[in-house]
Amino acid sequence: MTRRGVRWVDQRTASAPLLRKALRYLFPDHWSFLLGEVALYAFVVLVATGIYLTFFFVDSTKEVVFRGDYYPPLYGQKMSEAYASVVHLSLAVRAGLLLRQTHHWAANIFIAAIVLHLFRIFFTGAYRKPRELTYWLGVTMLTLALLEAYLGYSLVDDLMSGMGLVIGYSVGLAIPFVGQNLMNWLFDGMFPGSPKLWPRMYIAHVLIFPILIGLLLGAHLLLVAMRHHTQFRRTKAQTEHTIVGVPAFPGQAPRSLGLMVGTTGILFLLGGLVQINPIWLWGPYHTYSSTNGAQPDWYLGWLIGALRLVPGFDLTIAGYTLVPNPFWGGAAFPLVVFGFLYLWPWLERKFTGDEAFHNLLDGPRDAPARTGIGVGVVSWVVLVFFAGSSDRVFVTFGLSYTGQIWAYRILVWVLPALFGLVAWWICKELQASERVVRVRHEAEAEARLARMRRSSEPPRDPSTLES
Amino acid sequence: MTRLRNAIISALVLLLGRARRRRPRREETRIVPPQPGHLAAELAVLALLGLSSSCAIAFILVYALGDSIPNETQFLGAALGLALLCLATALILVGLKLVPSEEVAEEYPPHEHPHEQQLIAEVIDESGTRFTRSRFFKLGLLGAGGTLGLAILAPAVSFGPLFRVGDFLQTPWRRGRRLVDETGKPYKASDISEKNFYLAFPEGTSDEEKEQMAASLVVIRLPQKELRLPSHLKGYDANGILAYSRICTHAGCAITLYRAPLFQPDEPRPALVCPCHYSTFDPATGGTVTFGPAGRDLPLLPVYKDSKGYLRAKGNFDGPVGPSWWGVRLWKAQP
Repeated sequence: MTRRGVRWVDQRTASAPLLRKALRYLFPDHWSFLLGEVALYAFVVLVATGIYLTFFFVDSTKEVVFRGDYYPPLYGQKMSEAYASVVHLSLAVRAGLLLRQTHHWAANIFIAAIVLHLFRIFFTGAYRKPRELTYWLGVTMLTLALLEAYLGYSLVDDLMSGMGLVIGYSVGLAIPFVGQNLMNWLFDGMFPGSPKLWPRMYIAHVLIFPILIGLLLGAHLLLVAMRHHTQFRRTKAQTEHTIVGVPAFPGQAPRSLGLMVGTTGILFLLGGLVQINPIWLWGPYHTYSSTNGAQPDWYLGWLIGALRLVPGFDLTIAGYTLVPNPFWGGAAFPLVVFGFLYLWPWLERKFTGDEAFHNLLDGPRDAPARTGIGVGVVSWVVLVFFAGSSDRVFVTFGLSYTGQIWAYRILVWVLPALFGLVAWWICKELQASERVVRVRHEAEAEARLARMRRSSEPPRDPSTLES
Repeated sequence: MTRLRNAIISALVLLLGRARRRRPRREETRIVPPQPGHLAAELAVLALLGLSSSCAIAFILVYALGDSIPNETQFLGAALGLALLCLATALILVGLKLVPSEEVAEEYPPHEHPHEQQLIAEVIDESGTRFTRSRFFKLGLLGAGGTLGLAILAPAVSFGPLFRVGDFLQTPWRRGRRLVDETGKPYKASDISEKNFYLAFPEGTSDEEKEQMAASLVVIRLPQKELRLPSHLKGYDANGILAYSRICTHAGCAITLYRAPLFQPDEPRPALVCPCHYSTFDPATGGTVTFGPAGRDLPLLPVYKDSKGYLRAKGNFDGPVGPSWWGVRLWKAQP
C-alpha cells in the first residue's frame, strides 16, 4: 500500500530523494525551538479566520444610519459602513463574533510568539554566521506583522481604531521634510482622508501584507532548512559538525501537528471565552470625539508610552518647525529599536572579531556582553511600555500621572543601564562558578585516576625494597 | 433489517478491528528502530479522538441552535477549542508514546562548496567575454532597469495630492459664522456656563464637513478676571467665552477632557486635556502647553456675541489646526 503510493508520487514528481531527506530532517529537541512554530501556526489561523471575515466586512467609510435592532444603544446612530458591517458581523452573524475575536487573539499571540522567538534567537546567539539572513528576514516579518496588525485594528473604524489611526497619521506627518507630502499622498488629502483611504488600507491588510509576510516566511523556513537547525551543546562530545535530533518523521511530525492543532484550539478558546475589543461598546469614530482610558493592543503599548513620555517640544530653529513632537516617540524610538535589531549581528562581529561558523548555541551566560546589552535594550522598551499604562495606574492606584511620567522620563535611561550591568555581572558570576565546578571535577577525576593507577601498580618487589 | 445490521457490524469489525499481522522483518534492514507497543497510550489516543469528534459535533449543534441558547459565542468557542485541544493532545501522545522515539545524529551541511563556487564564477565570467565595453553595458543595464522601475512606479503619484498641501491651512470658519451644536442648534452666549465644555461646529456644515479637523471646537467659559491672554490674542474671547480647536496639536486626537478645578490646591488652573497622550493646555493663557508632549499651543478661534446673543466667529484661528508638520509655524489658518 505505502509502497504503491510512494511509487505513484515519485514517478510523477521525481521527488523521492527530496522526500526521503525531508522525512529524516532532524529537529534538535528543546522547548524554546517551538516559539517560532507557534508564530507560524498563529499566522495560519490569522489567514483562515481573516478569509472568513472578508466575506462580511465592507471597506467603505460611506455614512450610514445604524438600523440593527439587535443592538439598541447604537440604533439610529450615524456611522461608517465599515464600522456598521463589523458590528453586524459581531452581533448578528452566527459564529461571527467567535471568528472575529479569534482573529484578534491570533494577532496578539502571533506578535507575542514572534517577540519571544526573537528573544530566544538573540540571547542564544542563533543569528550568528551563517544565519544572519534568516534573522534579518525574521526581524522584517516582525515589522510587517506590527504594521499589519495596526492596519487591521484601524479598519474597523470604531472610536478606538480611529484614535489609533489619527495618531499614526500624526506620526507620519511629523517626519521631517517629507511627512506632510507623504501623508497627503497616502490618505489622499488631509486627515480623515478621502473615500479611497479605506479600500487602500483594506487591500494592504488582506492582500499585500499577508502575501509579503507569507513570502518572507517561506524564505525564512527555507533558509532554516538549508542550513539546518542550531542546537544547544548537551554533551561535551557535541561539536559544530554533528546535529543530533528527532527526525521529522515519525518523531517530530505528530508533535508539530499537535502543536499546530493545540495553538489553534487555544486561540478558539480565547476567541470564544475571553472578550477582546468589543467594538460595539466603543461607538463609531468621529474626528471630534475621543475617550479617556484608551489603550491600544499590547504590541503598540511601547509606542504610546514613548509618545506620552517625550517632553512637550517641537524641534524648531528660529521659529521654523523642523521636527514635530510625535516623530520622537512614534518614529525615532521604533527606528532606533529596529535599527539595533538589524545591525546587531554585524555590530557583534565587528566587536568580537568572530568570523566563525556557529551551529552550536550559546547559553545566555556564555556571552555576558551580549546578554547585558540585550537585557538593557529589552528593559528600555519594556519600561517605555509600562510608561504607556501610567494613566491606568493613576486610575487604579491613585499615583499622580505627572509624577509617574517624570519618574519614567528618568528611569527609562537609568534602569536599563543598571539592569544590563546586573545581567552582565550575573553571567560573569555564573561562568566563574561553572569554572570552579569544572576545575573541582577535573581535580577529582585526576585524583581518582591517580589513586586507581597507584592501586593497580604491581606491588613492589620486596627485594628491591630492601636495598 | 437485522441481517443487514449484522452484516454491517461484522464488516466493520473485520475491516477495522482486526489486529493486522505485521510481516516479520529482519531487524538489520530497519531504518526506524523497533519498539514495543503501548496499549494504554493507544487507548488514550482513541478516547481523545472520540472526545474530539463529540466536541466537533457539539459545535455544529450549538451553531444550528444559534440564538435560541444564551452565550452562543462562549459555547461555540469552548466546543471548537476543546475539539482541537483533544486532537492536539492525541497527536502529541502519538508523537511521544506511539511512534518509535529515536534520536539521530548526522553531519551538518558543509560550510561552503569551494569547487561549486569556482564553477559558478567561471560560468558567469566566461559568459561575458564577448562584451568589449562591459562597464558601459552594466551602466546601460542599470540605467534601463532604474528608469523602467521609476516608470512603473510613476502612476502611484496619482494616489493623492503629493504637493498640494494648501488644504492643511483651510478652515470652514469665516467672520460672522455662528457656532452650532451637534444637532445644528446655534449656541447663545448664555448657553455657555463655567465648569462645563461644549462641542461646536460652524453653522450649516454637512456631516462630512464636520469631520474636517478644523471644523470642531471645544467651547468653555472662564471668569474674565482669570483670563491672561497674550497681547496678540486680546479680544479673541467673548466676555470670557473661549473657542479652541478641538484637535490636539500633538497627535490629532479630540480634546474631550476639561479639568475645571474643583479642588484648588491640587488643580489650581483649568486645563483642556487630550486623552491620547495627556497633552495639557491652559485655556486662560491662550492654549499654552502646560504638560504632556504637545509642542504647539492650541489654536484659538476669535468669537463674539452678536446683538441677539448668538456666538459668532470673529475671524479665523490664530494658527494652523491639528497635528504639526515641518514648517507649520510659518503659516496662519485661512478661510
